[in-house]
Amino acid sequence: MSAPLLSVRDLSVSFGPHEAVRNVSFDIAPGETLALVGESGSGKSVTALSVLKLLPPTARIDGDIRFEGENLTTATEAALRAVRGNRVGMIFQEPMSSLNPVHTVGKQIGEVLAVHQGLRRNAARARTLELLDAVGIPDPASRLDDFPHQLSGGQRQRVMIAMALANDPKLLIADEPTTALDVTVQAQILDLLKTLQRQNGMAMLFITHDLSIVRRIADRVCVMTKGEIVESGPVGTIFADPQHAYTKHLLAAAPRGVPLEPAPDARKVVEAAELKVWFPIRRGLFRRTVGHIKAVDGVDLAIQKGETLGVVGESGSGKSSLGYALLRLIPSQGRIVLLGNDVQSRSWRALRPLRKHMQIVFQDPFGSLSPRMSVGQIVEEGLGVHFPHLTRAERADKVAAALREVGLDPATVNRYPHEFSGGQRQRIAIARALVLEPELLVLDEPTSALDVSIQAQVIDLLRDVQARRQLSYLFISHDLRVVRALAHRLIVMRNGKVVEAGLAADVFAAPRQDYTRQLLAAALDIVPPAADALPSAPRTD
Amino acid sequence: MSTAIDLAPEKPALLSPLNQRRLANFRANRRGWWSLWIFLVIFVVTLGAEFIANDRPILVSYKGELMVPALVDYPESKFGGFFATTNFRDPFIAEEIAANGWMLWPPVRFSYNTVDSYVAFSGANPPSWLLTREQLCQRYPLGVEDPNCVPGNFHFLGTDDRGRDVLARLIYGFRISVLFGLVLTVVSSVIGVVAGAMQGYFGGWVDLIAQRLIEIWTSIPALYLLLIISSVIAPSFWVLLGILLLFSWVTLVGIVRAEFLRARNFEYVNAARALGVSNRVIMWRHLLPNAMVATLTFMPFILSGSVATLTSLDFLGFGLPPGSPSLGELLAQGKNNLQAPWLGLTGFFTIAIMMTLLVFIGEAVRDAFDPRKTFR
Repeated sequence: MSAPLLSVRDLSVSFGPHEAVRNVSFDIAPGETLALVGESGSGKSVTALSVLKLLPPTARIDGDIRFEGENLTTATEAALRAVRGNRVGMIFQEPMSSLNPVHTVGKQIGEVLAVHQGLRRNAARARTLELLDAVGIPDPASRLDDFPHQLSGGQRQRVMIAMALANDPKLLIADEPTTALDVTVQAQILDLLKTLQRQNGMAMLFITHDLSIVRRIADRVCVMTKGEIVESGPVGTIFADPQHAYTKHLLAAAPRGVPLEPAPDARKVVEAAELKVWFPIRRGLFRRTVGHIKAVDGVDLAIQKGETLGVVGESGSGKSSLGYALLRLIPSQGRIVLLGNDVQSRSWRALRPLRKHMQIVFQDPFGSLSPRMSVGQIVEEGLGVHFPHLTRAERADKVAAALREVGLDPATVNRYPHEFSGGQRQRIAIARALVLEPELLVLDEPTSALDVSIQAQVIDLLRDVQARRQLSYLFISHDLRVVRALAHRLIVMRNGKVVEAGLAADVFAAPRQDYTRQLLAAALDIVPPAADALPSAPRTD
Repeated sequence: MSTAIDLAPEKPALLSPLNQRRLANFRANRRGWWSLWIFLVIFVVTLGAEFIANDRPILVSYKGELMVPALVDYPESKFGGFFATTNFRDPFIAEEIAANGWMLWPPVRFSYNTVDSYVAFSGANPPSWLLTREQLCQRYPLGVEDPNCVPGNFHFLGTDDRGRDVLARLIYGFRISVLFGLVLTVVSSVIGVVAGAMQGYFGGWVDLIAQRLIEIWTSIPALYLLLIISSVIAPSFWVLLGILLLFSWVTLVGIVRAEFLRARNFEYVNAARALGVSNRVIMWRHLLPNAMVATLTFMPFILSGSVATLTSLDFLGFGLPPGSPSLGELLAQGKNNLQAPWLGLTGFFTIAIMMTLLVFIGEAVRDAFDPRKTFR
């Protein structure tokens, strides 16, 4: 290996007494892709930001960071500015908040060119067009004067990449560049980065929590946990033969297992026909309805006892609206039958007795628990509504049983949600639903906000609970790997309509629709059956 | 594992961690913390105004009987007179009691409406510390030697133009102002929170119509209307409170509505809906705590606003009935008696200090509830 482009030695970063990064060392050779992998809080983003000294002033950085032989830790602000955005480009996670909403795309890219290359007006414009074209934005000339909100998430991320590449950097730092994007778009962006890297011969420091992306894009990988690099090496070696316990844990953490088989002639728990959620678009003085946003547009579904119906689709496909409509949390048209009772025609009050049979677990474990109530009060709340005759002691017993069932210590009833981790909070949310002994549980992306290893635990828990109680799940997710581990049947949604429906195994094995195929390819091709089957990442040198 | 778990906290914590942090934040604002204590001390002291400034003794021992004239009306016949109520300042009664027992006077021997007939000069009298003892007691029958020539009978802050003690009027006036402000604040907050909660939670047409009605309502010039109403109805404490309430409840509607609008789609509110919890309980248990932060932050400012409104009405002469102790009336006296600057100055400093304390407390409350404030 030639002299490293970037060399980090004994980097430690601390915020007050809290040490976020401890003694981290790594090198990146020209043209190489190094991935920093770790779960949330592992210090991977802090490491990346400290390379360009983009951390808040409260951070104390110790160690040695050399870029092309120049020591960045001791560099002045002026020297750093010459490096930032010029020789080192950076892409952030959130494409919406990383672009200034009040300036056009062309102006923002032009600014980078003006600062570092002194390009103005026509020269800048020509170069901007070239860049937008390079990052695959169709018809760049007409997009130049668009504002960020007029672009889709993927296009915004492409603009961010164009800005990062504007000055032909030697090194690109990408901090979770695809996390906020849909799977199909994710795949496109990764391909784009790979192509551009090959063309320009630049090195890349890629920060991600997603191991499948690492396999797809990186040459070497550093696994971080609790602020330290515990293992590093070529991608193939790490994946095939992990040495450190944490790496093994991380690799084994991918959701696994197969769904349980429900009884073949089980009764139907819930059935919906021609379900529609249309939000009216109103215009003008009299708020006339001029059209509808069809979030859910004529969906039929049925779930048997003990069965999981997976609903997959990209953001905006209407899958969450479907789940909410089924529980009548948002108004909808169409027939919904729960255990033989019509749900739609009931008044809000008359619906209440049915509510104990259908419960929901939300995506965000931080938002779905009231911060002002103790765990006991949260889990107990539904009991007060549906089992008002229970005595205090009986209620306490039920709460304790529910907490035990989801793997929490019942002694935690007096603690508040903020004292728990994301995974534990999601368990509390599940306990809140289970305490009512429901028949149907709607799971709205219950694992999306969690780290991979926690994801697998929650999936295992859900499968256990299903086996024990013969629960029916409506499992809503954009993550096909999670769905595969739990769902018996599958519906694929796009723009409010069901694109494809069938047994999960069949859909995964032989998708009939193009869109499904595309979705599967984007999400699952990244996980090859074995690590040695991985095509070696293309190198530029 | 199967131990019975009690849902009640084992050790009932008085405050949740969040509230503990808020209290610590509040105390960290030294100015607000001290202001609160100063205000509370003044308020509690003035609550017992009858025991500080009164034209009756606190305790009387007469012929072996112990009496509390500050609280109970005793007919004069008890002391050998013939009026329905006893004037303890009457020399005849005073001598009678002195001969058969004793009297314990409050520090200021005047109530807010006592007219001192022994004042040194006619018209407004200057504060006692500007006069000599001879001047102060010149009207007493025995002059400086008179048994009534004691500090309790002097006017520490002077008198107004009707010979009433300014300090006594100040103490009673402060009490009535703060009580009026508190009642008005609490009642208008309750109404405002309920109205705002309804609009925010149900949204849609309820919100739309109620908002327009409030806009029309607030466009009524409240002060003029108050002047008109109070010239028709004889204003009393409660009438005035009712009239001011008509307009003060809208202050909080906006922020409470906004809080409810924001929070009604929180996931934990949706979760409660999915549990089948009724709207009223959701509003009370899940949404109100969110809105309470904004409400509590506003309350000290509403309180100071209410006090200021009452004062201004009194100043204009449309406030509390004539003769009531009031800070506004004191200011009006100051305006009418420029030759007696102690009237205006006393009124000004009292109101200024009270408002300042309230605003400092309000700022500290605001800081305490600010989630973004980093806690050192």
